[in-house]
Amino acid sequence: MKLDSKIPEGPLAEKWEKHKFNLKLVNPANKRKYDIIVVGTGLAGSSAAASLAELGYNVKAFCFQDSPRRAHSIAAQGGINAAKNYRNDGDSVYRLFYDTIKGGDYRAREGNVYRLAQVSVNIIDQCVAQGVPFAREYGGLLDNRSFGGAQVSRTFYARGQTGQQLLLGAYSALNRQIAAGKVTMYNRTEMLDLVVVDGKARGIITRDLVTGKIEAHSGHAVLLCTGGYGNVFFLSTNAKGSNASAIWRAHKKGALFANPCFTQIHPTCIPVSGDHQSKLTLMSESLRNDGRVWVPKVARPGLKAKDAANIPESERDYFLERKYPSFGNLVPRDVASRNAKYACDEGKGVGSGLAVFLDFADAIKRDGKKIIEAKYGNLFDMYQQITGDNPYEVPMMIYPAVHYTMGGLWVDYNLMTTIPGCYALGEANFSDHGANRLGASALMQGLADGYFVIPSTIGDYLANLGWSDKVSADHPAFKEALANVNARLGQLLGIKGKKTVDQLHRELGLTMWEYCGMSRTEEGLKKAKVKIQELRDEFWNNVNILGSGNELNQELEKAGRVADFMELGELMVDDALHRSESCGGHFREESQTPDGEALRNDDKFAYVGAWEYRADNQPEVLHKEELLYENVKLTQRSYK
Amino acid sequence: MNWFTNFFSSSIGRKLVMALTGLFLILFLVVHLAGNLQLLLNDGGKAFNIYAHTMTSNIFIKIVGYVNYTMILLHVIWAIWLTRTNKTSRPVGYAVSKNSSTWSSRNMGILGTLILLFLVFHLQGFWYRMHWGPIDTVSYDGEEYRNLYAVVDFAYSHLWYTAIYVISMAILAFHLYHGFGSAFQTLGLNHVKYNPVIKFIGVAFAIIVPALFALIPIVMFLN
Amino acid sequence: MKITLKVWRQKDNNSKGAFKTYQLDHVSSDMSFLEMFDVLNNDLVQKGEEPIAFDHDCREGICGMCSMYINGRPHGPLQTTTCQLHMRSFKDGETITVEPWRAAAFPVLKDLVVDRSAFDRINQAGGYVSVNTGGVPDANEIPIPKADADKAFDAAACIACGACVAACKNASAMLFVSAKISQLALLPQGQPERKTRAEKMVAQMDAEGFGSCTNTLACEAECPKGISVTNIARMNREYYGAKFSSENV
Repeated sequence: MKLDSKIPEGPLAEKWEKHKFNLKLVNPANKRKYDIIVVGTGLAGSSAAASLAELGYNVKAFCFQDSPRRAHSIAAQGGINAAKNYRNDGDSVYRLFYDTIKGGDYRAREGNVYRLAQVSVNIIDQCVAQGVPFAREYGGLLDNRSFGGAQVSRTFYARGQTGQQLLLGAYSALNRQIAAGKVTMYNRTEMLDLVVVDGKARGIITRDLVTGKIEAHSGHAVLLCTGGYGNVFFLSTNAKGSNASAIWRAHKKGALFANPCFTQIHPTCIPVSGDHQSKLTLMSESLRNDGRVWVPKVARPGLKAKDAANIPESERDYFLERKYPSFGNLVPRDVASRNAKYACDEGKGVGSGLAVFLDFADAIKRDGKKIIEAKYGNLFDMYQQITGDNPYEVPMMIYPAVHYTMGGLWVDYNLMTTIPGCYALGEANFSDHGANRLGASALMQGLADGYFVIPSTIGDYLANLGWSDKVSADHPAFKEALANVNARLGQLLGIKGKKTVDQLHRELGLTMWEYCGMSRTEEGLKKAKVKIQELRDEFWNNVNILGSGNELNQELEKAGRVADFMELGELMVDDALHRSESCGGHFREESQTPDGEALRNDDKFAYVGAWEYRADNQPEVLHKEELLYENVKLTQRSYK
Repeated sequence: MNWFTNFFSSSIGRKLVMALTGLFLILFLVVHLAGNLQLLLNDGGKAFNIYAHTMTSNIFIKIVGYVNYTMILLHVIWAIWLTRTNKTSRPVGYAVSKNSSTWSSRNMGILGTLILLFLVFHLQGFWYRMHWGPIDTVSYDGEEYRNLYAVVDFAYSHLWYTAIYVISMAILAFHLYHGFGSAFQTLGLNHVKYNPVIKFIGVAFAIIVPALFALIPIVMFLN
Repeated sequence: MKITLKVWRQKDNNSKGAFKTYQLDHVSSDMSFLEMFDVLNNDLVQKGEEPIAFDHDCREGICGMCSMYINGRPHGPLQTTTCQLHMRSFKDGETITVEPWRAAAFPVLKDLVVDRSAFDRINQAGGYVSVNTGGVPDANEIPIPKADADKAFDAAACIACGACVAACKNASAMLFVSAKISQLALLPQGQPERKTRAEKMVAQMDAEGFGSCTNTLACEAECPKGISVTNIARMNREYYGAKFSSENV
């Protein structure tokens, strides 16, 4: 299979404009004759569903939550980047493009990223017009801040709830189209399969999570906007319901899965408090602007936060400041995370052993409690609520946690997967963040895809297809898919084994975290592969799901998702195993500089690794899309 | 339904009726209190009887009186309507409830019902006698007046009668304690500058006005 | 710690429900309230008993999905979401009663899960600014006083969990509705549709069967996001103004 990214020829800055002109258009009067299915209602899904309905298409939108507004985009805290250069500090579309490519450790496409930077500007305009209450200055104009170590202030924000406000904006646009009858919304409905007829995506199979009813929906195109797969690790900052089933089902129907091993570990999360831990909570990385990260020089097992003050300065190791004197505590997420892990691996971890201190004592001494409270008050409150410790008096404890997945379904410049008519938007695709995502760029990408890219690119496919070329939901392929979905649910319900879904999911998560987490080795990955296969076997023989399929059955919902994680996990391991370089969020211990930093191998690995599913229990086939860098020079990152 | 009836039957419109009629009745209380305080003048009831006479004969005051009855009726009818629909909004209640609101705010319906009962008793005892007798007369400067003072004086010579009045005023106080501020909130008059003033006046009103009302039977009983 | 849980169990919307009591002997005070439910459910499944259905998703206090009425208060003893409540807020040996939100407009779907789609329908009635994607002015074209933007944000922070409805003795949704009406009424972008929005959203709220506000202020006291009842006063003003001056007869 030849992967054609369809990146237009020509100068970087003109690619998108030129491409839009070359795309076929659907006659306005004919748009109403097309049905488009949108799965997921986060930033990408809501914005796409609303924008396509505004154009005149008929949209069916699906979300598993009780309302489209609850999609996990809502939890994004920090902000959204846009190359507005409102601060006159030298920002530009090109600089945002460059920072994103470099931040992604040169594993993203130039064309895609440049387009992202271009439309970033329109996103802010769009959101303000919808009534999104961004932070403002006293003069009434929008405020910006510098985020994630960026040299310019280009991040727009709404206190610590930017994702919420942006999602509510998109949700309001979606609501308007639901009221207008252009979008039919299916809440509490989960996609369980993609229906492909003659090589084209023609619809989906869904389950009504309240009644258990399995239904077929047909359409001219299917958009998967279902977010990332971080919950493979069981513990992550994702929502409990976040899952990979939609993209995994599409993968098994022929969509290639790109760079599955690129996962982002966020350094400032609240550590695990016990075996009961169900998810991890992220605290904005802005905390590292004033907090100092340290562990005791000599291992002090079980050291509590309240006893931290007893450790004299001379016995503390501020390891980030020591190793990276110029960036200090503000090194990128992957570097900060990895070094916390090293400290804990050496036994110097505090608390449970899997935590390091993030200490604000010096900042409070320097600026006063008031200033620190104004900056981080809500985060400190949140920390105290969860841990019971007061960070004004004792240092915080933090530990890295899985946060974002850069990998996803392979898509071309039009966001179409390798299945014609099946698109992937937002975190569900792989395209813009390379091997590492910069802060405040996830929201940007989700909205860029939904508001500005897909409305242009989908028309080309639909115009070529023709509105009369639609397969009805009575087609034998739908019947077959329905039967398969029912059979799979029946199989899950019939196992009646001894372990709960959560127990098995937790075991999968531990394996993934241990061997395919912050740092990876060939030996460990090989071990993980065997373990995952064993776990998958155990899952299909020993899971216990009570109740029936014809009712609200949360265990059954979880089981379907975990069954898919059990397969996806193995692919992540395969991908990590084959990519024997270190880049971005993927750190292979075999590939490091003499002083322990990530070592990229551009000669061998400057490509997108896209995996093709063949059959169950058969190795997937790797396809490579070479990455061409015509505008930027590949350099090794350094934060010394 | 046209927009007008639609408005007054909407959830917010119904609240507005409660607030406006409530505020009118609050004003009425002030006027009523001013008149009643004349009972405490040491003049054998002359000033009060002349006042009572004016209240029943002056055509302007009569009109205001009818408006007042209408307001009471509206306040009661809308309250019943509101309460009934509010009850249907939660058909199944909670097994355990810890309330984070004031007692009086939650029990306006009960307080209102008690006040209505009191009102019937009160009107029957004084207002009805004044209008349709039987009642004695008294003459001041050659003019005949109905001696309502004597009726009141007699009534308040009984402990149980006085007690009903005092207790009813306590109930009124709780009703006002929530009602006064609540009316302003319903009208949309919520402003960071004036909220403390509204709150202060509301609490002061809820204490002082019923207290003065209650003072009259107490003093007259003790005398 | 040891905890006695009294939980509302109900098979589906058509069935009658009842409380069931569970004994938990090994609860850690560091657990979140929902993690305590996870542990209980895990035990139930292993005993062959159906686990308790409850809504939850982000577990960070922002998605608004979790919705438990705990010991007589929505989201329990703290002014926060259920997912952010931890067991250290309870005493060893305590009996905790957990019920679903109770409102005619929020029918129970199963156990502690209720249907809050009424909130979506209210927003669909007018909780938006009618702009299509593209063709909008530059974001800095209209300056907005910081104070107005901040107030709009305070209102927009609502997570639509429904605690206001659950707390209100009248199951009134006015805090929720007023937050959206306020947000858009405070911003210049919301002005063109200001009147119709207020009229339509209030009409939909009434049609859903929510009660009327009697200003008990329980909603504000229980709102995990601290949405102020000032918004209800503002909604009232908006509604009066709209009803008497709009041309919708």
